[in-house]
Amino acid sequence: MQISSRELDKTVIFDVSGDIDLANSPTVRKALLHEVREKRTPRVVINLSKVRYIDSSGVASLVEGLRASRDVGSRFILFGLSTSAREVLQLSRLLKIFEIYDNEEQALAG
Amino acid sequence: MERNEDLKRGLLLKLQLTSNPSLLCAVRGAVERLTESLGFSAPESRAVTRAVDEALTNIIRHTYCGRADQPIEVLFRSVREDDPEFAEGLEIVLCDRGPAIDPERMCLRALEEIRPGGLGLHFIRETMDIVEYNRANGTNRLRLVKFVHTPQPDGNA
Repeated sequence: MQISSRELDKTVIFDVSGDIDLANSPTVRKALLHEVREKRTPRVVINLSKVRYIDSSGVASLVEGLRASRDVGSRFILFGLSTSAREVLQLSRLLKIFEIYDNEEQALAG
Repeated sequence: MERNEDLKRGLLLKLQLTSNPSLLCAVRGAVERLTESLGFSAPESRAVTRAVDEALTNIIRHTYCGRADQPIEVLFRSVREDDPEFAEGLEIVLCDRGPAIDPERMCLRALEEIRPGGLGLHFIRETMDIVEYNRANGTNRLRLVKFVHTPQPDGNA
């Protein structure tokens, strides 16, 4: 799993690739919470288009990021969900909880 | 002798691994290929792979408390169901040598609560046809079964 970030105006986009599972979800969690809680970035966007698999610990990291963003009043956006990632959020009943877009253009325009 | 018994019971694959999270991706790859070769549809294959991955994650996190050097064994066997709608299936038995699991911790949490954690067991129960736990001789055994769904000729399956 690899994670990197880009800054655009008042937005930070995280590009994640590979599988998010127990081995690396703490890295994702730490990066997201640092951006939301410490840096107070107004809009945090996560590019999941190159993520093949997310397990429950990965979903938990996204939920923590979302909850932290609600606490500080920022936006937390996902885009580019694979079939597998969408299935996991559907199983978790979380598809309607997150702000989700198909691609980066829509995510930034939303 | 043990090998003959395994063959009689339809043993397809036996994995012995340590409780190291970095091995999860290797197990997922093996389960995905195995389920595809058995005729599971792509969504079913992903579901079985997810269930095995979440079961292993639970063993690593909760039974072994994150220790990466503890033994885990995963057995995959073919099984057959009498119901003609389900031609055959896959039985997966995950064994660990950790402390007994408190049945209270096997309970599902309400998904209406938007909070992290507790989703793994939900994924397993939601997608597998049979989920059973027992403990014998100091070994925890989680048995998961998924049947291959065979569409009926009239298309109503």
